[in-house]
Amino acid sequence: MKQHASIALTVAVVALSSAQGKQLYGQYCVSCHGANGQGVTHGRTIGGAPQRIQQQQTGVGPSLRGVGALAADFYLRTGYMPLHRVGDQPRRARVLFDDAQIRSLVAYIASLKKGPPIPKPHPERGNLSEGLHLFTDHCAGCHQVVAQGGVVSGALPPPLENATDVQIAEAVRIGPYVMPEFSTKAITNHQLDSIIRYVDWAKHPDNHGGWSIGDIGPVPEGLVTWFLAAALLVAICVVVGKRLRHG
Amino acid sequence: MGRARAFVVSSIVLLLGRGRRRPPKQAERVVPELPPDRGAETVVLALLFAAALFAAGFIVVYAVDSLPDQTQLLGAALGLSLLCIAAAMIIVAKRLIVTEELVEPYPPEEHPGEQELIVQLVEESGDRITRRRLFKLGLGAAGGTLGLAALAPALSFGPLFQTKYFRGTPWRKGTRLVDESSRPYRASDIEEDDFYTAFPEGTSLAAREDLGAPIVLVRLPKSLLKLPPELAGFDAEGIVAYSKICPHAGCAISTYRAPLFQPDEPRPALVCPCHYSTFDPADGGSVTFGPAGRRLPMLPLSIDSKGFLRAKGNFDDEVGPTWWGTRIWRPQP
Repeated sequence: MKQHASIALTVAVVALSSAQGKQLYGQYCVSCHGANGQGVTHGRTIGGAPQRIQQQQTGVGPSLRGVGALAADFYLRTGYMPLHRVGDQPRRARVLFDDAQIRSLVAYIASLKKGPPIPKPHPERGNLSEGLHLFTDHCAGCHQVVAQGGVVSGALPPPLENATDVQIAEAVRIGPYVMPEFSTKAITNHQLDSIIRYVDWAKHPDNHGGWSIGDIGPVPEGLVTWFLAAALLVAICVVVGKRLRHG
Repeated sequence: MGRARAFVVSSIVLLLGRGRRRPPKQAERVVPELPPDRGAETVVLALLFAAALFAAGFIVVYAVDSLPDQTQLLGAALGLSLLCIAAAMIIVAKRLIVTEELVEPYPPEEHPGEQELIVQLVEESGDRITRRRLFKLGLGAAGGTLGLAALAPALSFGPLFQTKYFRGTPWRKGTRLVDESSRPYRASDIEEDDFYTAFPEGTSLAAREDLGAPIVLVRLPKSLLKLPPELAGFDAEGIVAYSKICPHAGCAISTYRAPLFQPDEPRPALVCPCHYSTFDPADGGSVTFGPAGRRLPMLPLSIDSKGFLRAKGNFDDEVGPTWWGTRIWRPQP
């Protein structure tokens, strides 16, 4: 009896939360993502809204049916959504909603169609050296080897210093903006744990001596060596150039 | 044999044995006369020839491709050669050049007499060196061989050394595509919005570092794929394969731009992280941005009855960074 009551209560809370989410969705999301999250591919003119630039623009956005709690949680908790201007690369920004609002929006998006839930990564089960190897293979090309972020033509891969474990796990499965998308076949959940463990390590990498200059890579670090070596060579020239006086 | 030896001996005699220059009539000296220093001369000569030897060593190490730690040996040979020349120059300056310090205020107008004095001074400064011809030979040998050593790497571009390395690829008709751990790829392994690196089956780890070996694989939706007519049929069910080596400077293309939402995001593209050359995989790897001068070489693909991906032949164009050879030679099938 008690169990039944608790299930009923859970259902009621989810339903209530989902209803609040639907209301928020109607306020902030519907102009680009369409009614019931079906997406807008043929844009129509929309006005300004909170965190959106106050000028007329064409609203287009992908369908949210089937993206699940995973994607909704990622975009809302990173502040990627709402987007400042349609067509911009989503960036880490001020989070517009409080925790309860996010949970209700996520519940609403998840209720649209069956989709992946919010992942629960366990980086402590991962392997750091495997993580480095996988990160180098799949991520470092854009995000730089210690996850400092980089450039590809047409987009700016963000640094990962502020990414939480859950957000990393979500981003790998979504492939936000122009990032490739990795299925569990390409990167298993255990491999993902290793990658997250490595990214967490890369936020404060061990310093093995030397002058790392922000871990920006071997070329600039080598260049500094050249400058030091050039100074040494000048010093040698000065010493050699001093005349020995005969007699 | 005898003729050759006679030729060598007579050459050396001609080069070294020609009559020594008579000492000029002794005029009044400015620079103090010092006795010749045979010991220092010998050291300088030894250093110069050692420099020549190290420079020759560079050429040998460069030519022998199979040496372990070749790069380090090349650096050591070149460095030691330069070091020997530097040491020789220092000894010549410190021990052999006769010097005289003249402290005089610079005259307001030029005096031709003093100019002559300086000319004489320079002429006399070298007269401590007795084996002049050998000296010149030593200098010539060190400088010449070092010059040759500096030119040696350029031979890699010409037809004299191995050019097979640049032209050949390990891809043949029917070669299966394998991943890093040598597992063959099935067509069903290749998913949209992700990218994969593949190698030809049966190549050693070392051979995978050859320019012609690595390829990048992506699957594109059929609606997006618009290959130019000369590349028609190079894809297998929307899976396309290109050389992973950028035709600009030879970096590995390690980034793939895979838009999540097609209508308002950049098109799918392979991007080289070195100089941001950007290639459109849907259009036969054509250059859409950056310094690359030609499109990516494409590898024709097929799927066998068991679902494995196989090459249908070699690349359609020369693999690797672009140089004049890539425009002259066509790839061998």
